[in-house]
This record gives sequence, structure tokens and C-alpha cells, in this order.
Amino acid sequence: MTTRKEKIVLPLIAVLLGFVLGSLIVALTGRSPLAMYAAIVKGFSGIDILNGQPLNSRYIGEFIIQAMPIILTGLSFAFASRTGLFSIGAEGQLMIGSLSATTVALLVRAPTVIHLPLVLLAAILGGALWGAIPGFLKARYNVHEVVVTIMMNYIALHFNNFVILNIFGSVDRVKTAPFPTTALLKSPFLESITRNSRLNWGFIPVILALLIFAFIINKTTFGYSLRAVGYNKEAARYAGMKVNRNIIASMAIAGAFAGLAGAVITVGTFNFGRVIQSAEGYGFDGIAVALVGGNEALGILLAGMLFGGLKAAQPLMQSQGIPREIAGIIQASIVLFVAMKFGIKMVLDKFERKQAPTTEGDRV
Amino acid sequence: MTFELLLQMFPIALMFSAPIILTALGGLFSERSGIVNIALEGIMMVGAFTGATVTVLLENSTPAAAWYGLLAGLLAGVVFSILHAVASINLKADQVISGTALNILAGGLTVYLCQIIFHQQRTRAFSNGIQKFSVPGLSDIPVLGRMFFKEIYPTFYIAIAMVFITWFVVYKTPLGLRMRACGEHPQAAASMGINVAKMRYFGVLVSGALGGLGGAVMVLTADIQYTLVSIHGTGFISLASLVFGKWNPFGVLGAGLFFGFSTALSFYAKDIKFLAGLPGEFFYILPYLLTIIALLFFAGKSVGPKAAGEIYDSGKR
Amino acid sequence: MSYIVEMLHITKDFPGIRANDDITLQIEEKSIHALLGENGAGKSTLMSILFGLYQPDSGSIRVRGKEVKISDPNVATSLGIGMVHQHFKLVHNFTVTENIILGMEPHKGPVIDIRSAEKKVEEISKLYGLAVDPRAKIEDISVSMQQRVEILKMLFRDAEILIFDEPTAVLTPQEIHELMQIMRRLVEEGKTILLITHKLKEIKEVADVCTVLRRGKLVGTVSVADTDEERMAEMMVGRQVSFHVEKGPAKPGEELLRIENLNVKNVKGLLGVKNLSLSVRAGEVLGLCGIDGNGQTELVQAITGLTKIESGKIFLRNINIANLPIKERTDLGLGHIPEDRQKHGLVLDFTLGENFVIHNYYEKPFANYGILNKKAILENAERLICEFDVRSGQGAMTPARAMSGGNQQKAIVAREIDRSPDVFIVVQPTRGLDVGAIEYIHKRIIAERDRGKAILLVSLELDEIMDVSDRIAVIYNGEIVGIVDAAATTENELGLMMSGALRKTHAAPQAVHA
Repeated sequence: MTTRKEKIVLPLIAVLLGFVLGSLIVALTGRSPLAMYAAIVKGFSGIDILNGQPLNSRYIGEFIIQAMPIILTGLSFAFASRTGLFSIGAEGQLMIGSLSATTVALLVRAPTVIHLPLVLLAAILGGALWGAIPGFLKARYNVHEVVVTIMMNYIALHFNNFVILNIFGSVDRVKTAPFPTTALLKSPFLESITRNSRLNWGFIPVILALLIFAFIINKTTFGYSLRAVGYNKEAARYAGMKVNRNIIASMAIAGAFAGLAGAVITVGTFNFGRVIQSAEGYGFDGIAVALVGGNEALGILLAGMLFGGLKAAQPLMQSQGIPREIAGIIQASIVLFVAMKFGIKMVLDKFERKQAPTTEGDRV
Repeated sequence: MTFELLLQMFPIALMFSAPIILTALGGLFSERSGIVNIALEGIMMVGAFTGATVTVLLENSTPAAAWYGLLAGLLAGVVFSILHAVASINLKADQVISGTALNILAGGLTVYLCQIIFHQQRTRAFSNGIQKFSVPGLSDIPVLGRMFFKEIYPTFYIAIAMVFITWFVVYKTPLGLRMRACGEHPQAAASMGINVAKMRYFGVLVSGALGGLGGAVMVLTADIQYTLVSIHGTGFISLASLVFGKWNPFGVLGAGLFFGFSTALSFYAKDIKFLAGLPGEFFYILPYLLTIIALLFFAGKSVGPKAAGEIYDSGKR
Repeated sequence: MSYIVEMLHITKDFPGIRANDDITLQIEEKSIHALLGENGAGKSTLMSILFGLYQPDSGSIRVRGKEVKISDPNVATSLGIGMVHQHFKLVHNFTVTENIILGMEPHKGPVIDIRSAEKKVEEISKLYGLAVDPRAKIEDISVSMQQRVEILKMLFRDAEILIFDEPTAVLTPQEIHELMQIMRRLVEEGKTILLITHKLKEIKEVADVCTVLRRGKLVGTVSVADTDEERMAEMMVGRQVSFHVEKGPAKPGEELLRIENLNVKNVKGLLGVKNLSLSVRAGEVLGLCGIDGNGQTELVQAITGLTKIESGKIFLRNINIANLPIKERTDLGLGHIPEDRQKHGLVLDFTLGENFVIHNYYEKPFANYGILNKKAILENAERLICEFDVRSGQGAMTPARAMSGGNQQKAIVAREIDRSPDVFIVVQPTRGLDVGAIEYIHKRIIAERDRGKAILLVSLELDEIMDVSDRIAVIYNGEIVGIVDAAATTENELGLMMSGALRKTHAAPQAVHA
């Protein structure tokens, strides 16, 4: 198999195997896989196969809402990954982005054209800063980014709650006061064309982020040096590249993507800052999205939509009597199968060789 | 801080230390054999879920339900870790990605099963977990008795015993020598006729056993039921203890105690004058922050097994 | 005398290549049998088959007259076949004894009996004259000691047939001589030795019989006593070769690189380079030779900027570059062919074209305002591929990983020479290459010299140093212990200096200085 073909075929096989395994678990626990697939189809489109309901734009809007933040956390993981870093920090960077957005949304008074960009910028900077810390620790002290980013996630969680509860003075100990409308991505127009879904302008920064990602990585000298560091740190150093600066920059940019995701959720899906009980899984979703999407912008877009649809289908599954966690199980299995790509490739190669007709048998 | 308060903290700190030590020792086996295991968090979740479930289901039929729970947690950890072993040993998966996948899987799978078994997103609460006890005689020793022998969970002694057993196995037996060789230089081990895959299976499955046990210990001593947040990062703290303890069983013991105390501190902070003013979140953050600081001071100097994390290809010479 | 090992009509295919084609190898008991061939001739494949790492596609193996199937290294071990690998397979933080007993540990109950193991190791090492401290850690002992541990590992397992895979690559001439004595001693004690090498001198010195392979095929088996070196070389390469490098006399000019009182720490935090001074002039090749690990790596990394120095000065044309970033040194005219082409030289997952611009990807014409110009990068690659005859499957778009070692090295040489640096640090430029590629690279180095560049050649291959250099500096324990004229020195003299037994005061170019 050529590497190009591999990049497309292997994730598809992993996705397929993940769904097979998920169906198996559903069936083994006495539920109907068919109902699960019906819920998934409905989650993407509103089409209800079992009860014969037609396409419903509200469902499309809702599934895009689910896809937006995890495309961004996917870009976050992928960006760090292209520089050879394994960042599990998107979750925490997202929380800090969300907190920064909340701060600017609540404290600044300005018209939308100023307020909203400020909110997004604050989220991007907050995420970038939170990402730059493990980048700095890695570059300066060679502390492994996996453990540090995990710890930073928990710190971000409690820090977010501390600020929301103690500084913004939450009334019900769950959320802040609502934001002024000038700070929101919400759009009555988009809501109206999607039958009152929560669809909002958030998809515009998401698309921009995808384009910026592809442009930086593939077209710029900066992207060239990031990839060189990612593939071979020593060779990059030998060639005189600033390896440590690249590591910090890469982690900061990764954090910026995740921070933006925080804004898209906080001023798009919601209109208030929230106290968070435990990690909501956007970070791990992003890892899955990036791995299945092969760390490429287009792949991340597609994988993000797949997993977004799966998330959108979760309540529908629950109402069918299938525990909603099956979505997470399928997603985790897909990641596991992507990780096993060498193994899957070995099997495929063996299969291909068997398929190729040989005359060897005749010779014996 | 008064001395009395410190004495009061001991049983709580030791309670939190036990699962960290056990799980970190599990990580030690895995990494010494050459397989990085960041799935410890997920393994603990599976162990905790199984431990809680078995305890709930058996507690009407036997007074030793919680002990069966521990055993079940251990076994469930082994079964779950097989996935990591197959992926990273046979199918040459990236060990960090495989571990990450297992962590996500554990969250989904345990709550899924809770829904199937208990029709809610958590297990039913058990009425009795593992019970505290006092060692007769020893608990009457002044000071030391109150620190280590009075109102202590027996799981702490299991953890201490495991530290010594691990030390013995890893440093004194042929098995340990071979396992360490696989973690340092698998090609060398293979050239001496050692089955690298088998050794690594051993390492990973032991990490599953100890991680599963650690998870069960945690839920059955510090909790009343299993929920998605029962483990809340303790697996990662165990991983940090392994690094902090320089991949050495006694180092792991020290690190585990350190993190146990930092967790206990959050419960006693309100009674300590100069800490009382700080918000609760500060103490939730503390163990994670201390981990990063600890890594900062020690990670640069400590060196783990050379080949841990590398995909072993028997064709490579 | 009877054959102890017979490999009959062995054929082994790998995807796209026949590594062994109908090869027959018969080894007499208690003899030293050499296996000669270039890199890629099929020696390692054949030995891997004998050691059970690969299965032959056809052919058979007999040991002591009995047909055997060697399905894995354990079977080989039980047949008494042992291998001293070229890259030692030793666990660095284990002791000598732990390495030797690994997999066959004597034990009392469940506990390893380390005392009796150490005693047995001592006994064996005495019997064969292989003195080594059984309690020392591998990382603390010298390379030749480590090799002894490798041999002891085989003897501990009662191996009768010992395969030595390129055993002299890392040794001084004196250590090589000692190794030859050890080999003879082993044969006296009843062992049989199979020596894999591409060095004719060693075969001449120690072997009884020599089998030559070329491109996977058997060329022939000859008696060493009846065959001269030229004949064996011809068999190995397939044409007449002169290993002598064609070059005119050097015309040294001004001093381009001058190192003064340099101190550099090694990875262990000790001084790897001690108060070292050295200079290289335009139009000359200064060879630096020494046993691996005597400070060469630290010196090269200090000059090129990969390592920080402790103290001292490094002048490139009168500019002290000792504390400049790598980039600035490169811009001032420093070139570097690194020791490890896969670690430093290339980004294996980049294409060949991307690798060619690794120093100047951000400069015109390869980039404009931070945006890459893929067309210019491609054209540059095509020019270099053509000029330096770099062969690859898909030209500029070939991933470097998919190229052969020789062509990877050629690509690095092409990139570095194309930049035309004034001071050129060339480290192990021909390791693992075949004779054709070696000749080509040596020619290009000499051509650079003749264009007036200053070249520092660092190599572990003494032949290469002696053939290519004009002057030779010997490094021992981080110090220069002598600088000699390449035409006037001998291998023996260099060897004595390399082992620290001889010091020569700085000779050479002062005379020309005025």
C-alpha cells in the first residue's frame, strides 16, 4: 500500500471496526444496535428511519454545534503533534479560554463589533498562555508535556470554578449572570433557518482556524521548521533552528485553538460562564478527532463532524434505552484501532499478498 | 499547625497514599518492562467500578463483600490491561495513544455498565467498604501507634507489603533481571533468548492488577460508590509518583506518601490557622501543582528505563 | 578435519531483493573462517540465518554433520552457536556479570546467586585470557572491555562456534592485535570462529579460509595463505580497486580554523575535551583520529555549536564563534557533515527536496515573506540530484527514509558541499557505504581541499584518515597527543598514540607560517 492510500484507508477501517465493536457491546448488553444506528442517523439529519420523519434542519444545526469545539481541540492536538509534542492539555486550555471569554464578556461594555472580537481574542490569548506554560517547561527543563498538560487540566478546572464562584459571584453556584448580547456569537437568523437550533456564528472562526492551520503547516517557513522539529529535533537543531522557541510557539498556538473552542462554547452555545464539575471531554474528543483525521485540516474537519454527530446522537440513544456512553466507547475504540495502524497494516498486507494470484503453487 | 492535628491527618493521608502507591508500583512493572502506561487512570476506573459493583452486589450475602470487591477490581484491571498489551506489544501501537484511548474507553465503559446494571450513571452506594482497624498492641505505642497502627485501613499495609515484594521481584530474581533488561535494551534481552513480548505482557498485566486493585482500594476506602469522577486524576498522580520516585519501589513509596499528605491537607486546611483563609479550590489544585513542581525539580535528573515507549521491532538489530 | 557447520545452497528473498542467492559455506572445525564482502553483499543475512533470526527460502544447514532447522536464536544457542554482535547488545546500567548471566541466571531458590555467577565469570575469563572486572557496570568500562563481555556471554553458554560481526571497527590497532590473539587462543581451546569483515588486513593476519560474497552471490572460497590482498579485494568489489586515494600535494594557505585551550563537558558532566588547541589551514585536510569516545564527538559538537563549551576559543577566520548560535556559525562559513546521518543529517520524514534546503529554507528563492516557494525548492533538488548522482525512487519527492544509506549520505554531502563552506567539519563520511560510494566521497572531499577550503576529517577508520588527510592529529582522553605528517607516519605509531602510550609534540605547519 502506498502511504497516501494508507492515510485514507486505515482511519476508515478504524472507524468501521469501532462501530462494529460498539454494536457488539450494545447487542451483548441486550440492546438493539439498529436503534443505535437510527439514533445516529437522526442525530446527523433529523431523519427518523424507525418512525419515518423527514430531514430536520434543527438537528443539522445541533450536530454542527457539537462538531465546532471538537474540531478546534482537534486542531489543537494536531498542531502540537506536528511539532512532535503529545499535548493532552486542550481540555484545560479550553477552560481557560472559556474563563477569559467570560471575563471580557462580563466586564467590558462595547458595541458588538468591538466586544465580540475582544471576547474571542481574550479566549485565544488565554488558551495560548495556558498552552505556553507546558511548552516552556518542556523547552527549558525538559519536563514531559504529557504529565504536565494533564496536571494543568485539573488546575484549570479548579481555577475556573474558583474565579466563577468567588469573583463573579455566582448566585446559584452553577453559572454567572448572563452576558450582554454584544458579546455573543448567537444569531436569530441562523436559529430561524435551523428551526430554533443553537447554531451560531461560531462556525466562521472554526473555518478560519482550519484554513490557518493548513496554511501555517504546509505553506510557511514557520510550518517547515515546526515540522522539522516534530520529525527530528536533533536534525532541526543541527540545521540551526530554534528548537525550544518552536516548541513553546507550537504549544501556544495549540492552546490558542483550544482557547477559541472555549469561546465558541461559552458565548455561542451558552451565554454565561459555568462552574464545571469535572472535565467535559472536549480535550479527549479533540485527540480522537486529530488522530482519525491524520493531523491534517481536511481530515480533522471530517472526523470532527463524525464525532460531533455521534455526540448529538447521545440523548437520542438514551431515549432509545441505549446508555449514551456508547458514543464514548465507540470513539475510544476508534482511537485504539487508529493506534493499532501498524498491526492493521500488517494484516492488510498479508491479505493483499494472499489475494495476489501466484503461480508458485504450480511450480511445487 | 499543631502536633495533634498532624497526628489526626495521618490515617487520612495513609488512606489516600495506599491507592497511589499500589498503582504507581503497577506502573513501575509496566515501564520497567518497556511499556509506557498512561492508561493507569483508566485501569483504576475499571478497578474501582468493578470493586464497587461487586461489593454492592455481594454485601447482602457476605460480610467480606468489600474484600471480594478488591479481588474483583484486581482481576478487572488485569483484563482491561490486556487491551493495552495487545495494542502496544503485538500490534505495535503508539503506547501513549493506546493509553489515552483506554482512558477514554474506561470512562465510557464503566458508566455504560452502571446504566445497564443500576439504571443510573453511577453504582449504587455500598453500605460498608473496607473497614478501619487498629493493630492490637502496636496501636498503644505512644505517637507511632497513632500514626501508623490506630484506626488505619488495612489496605495501607497491603500497599507497604507490595513495595517490598516489588523490590524483591525486580531486583533479586531472574524474572526481575530479565524484565529490566527488556525495558533497557530489548534487543540485548532477545539475543539472550528472552522472550521480550512475554516479559512485557507480564509487566503490563501486573500493572493492570495493581492499578485495578488501587482503583478498588480507592473507591472502597475513600468513597461510597463509583462515579465517573471517583478517580479524578489519581492514576495520573500515580504516574507522577513513579517519575518522582525514580522508578524505584521505595522512591514510589515516598512519593505516594507525599501526595497522600498533600491530598489530606485539603481536608484539614480549615483547621490550620495560616491556611484557613485560602479557598477550597486552592487545596484541590495543590496536588496537581505540587506534581508539576516536583517534576520540575526531579525530572531533569531522573532517568527512566531507556527503551520504555519505543516500539520494539524484533527485526531491528 | 571435518566441517562443523555447513550452509548449503542457501537462498533468501526480501521484497524486491534476493539477499542470498544459492550460497554455500562450509566451515572446518577449530579454524578461523572469514566471510568477506561489502555492505549489502549479504553477509549479515547469511549470519542471521545461521543464528536463527531469519529462515532461508531454500537450502539446508548442517551442524556437526546433522541437518538442523534453526528456528530462533535459542536453537542456535543450544547448537553451540554464539554471536558477538557489531553493535554490542549490552544493558548499560547492568554489571558485567548481570549481562553475562541474563537469561541463564544461576539461582538459589527464587533469588539470583550473584556470588557464584561472578566466580564462574572470573574462571572463564581467566581460562581464555579475557581479563575483566565482573562487578563493573557496562557504562563504566571501555569499548574493548565491552567486547570481551560480549565474548564471555557466548562462552558462558558453552558456545563452540563463535560468529564475530565486524569486531574491529571500534578498536585501536593494538586492541585489534589483542583481539586476534584472543581468537587464536579460542581456537586452541577447541572453538571455531567465523569472522565477518571487510578488512583484508585482518583476514590476512588471522584467518585460515576466506569466503567472499558480492551482491548476494557467492564469489568463491579461498585459502588465505595462498591468496594476496589484491586478489581478495578484486573478488569482493568485482573489479580492480586501488584503495589509495588519488590526490596531489596539499597547498596549505592561511589558518581558517583555530581552536585555543578548549574545554568541553561530555554527557556525564566530566571534561570530554581538555584544554585542546588545534588549527586547520586553507587547502589542507587535517585528520582527527582516536578510539571512539575519546572526545571527538564533544569537539565536533563544540565547533559546530551543538554543545556549549566550558572555556576556550574557537576562531573561524579570526572571529571567535565559540559562543555563537549554530545559525550564525553556518552563515560565517562553517559546514558540517554529521557523524550520524539519520540523527542529525536528515529529517527522514521530509522529502529529499525539503532536506536539501534545511539550512536556508527561509531565504530567497526558497521563501518569500515567510511563504515557501515549492517550485524553487524542487528545482534546487533536481540540480543537486543531477550533479551529485543521488539516486532515489521519486526524485525530489522521495521521502529520505525510503533511500539507501549510501544515497542518504550522498544527499548530505551534496547539500553541504553545495553551500561551499570555508571550514568543513567532516565526520565519519563513509561509514557503512560500499567501495564505489566511498571513492566518490573521498574524491569530493579532496576536490574541496583543492578549492582552498579547510577540512577537519574525523573518522574511526584509520585507513580513511591515513589515505585522505594531509596531517593527522591524534586525540586521546580529550587531549591532542600528537600531530603528525600523514605521509610520514605509520599505523603502529598512530595506534600507540591512540591508546595514550606515545606522545608527540606538535609538529608540522609552523614552518610554513612565515
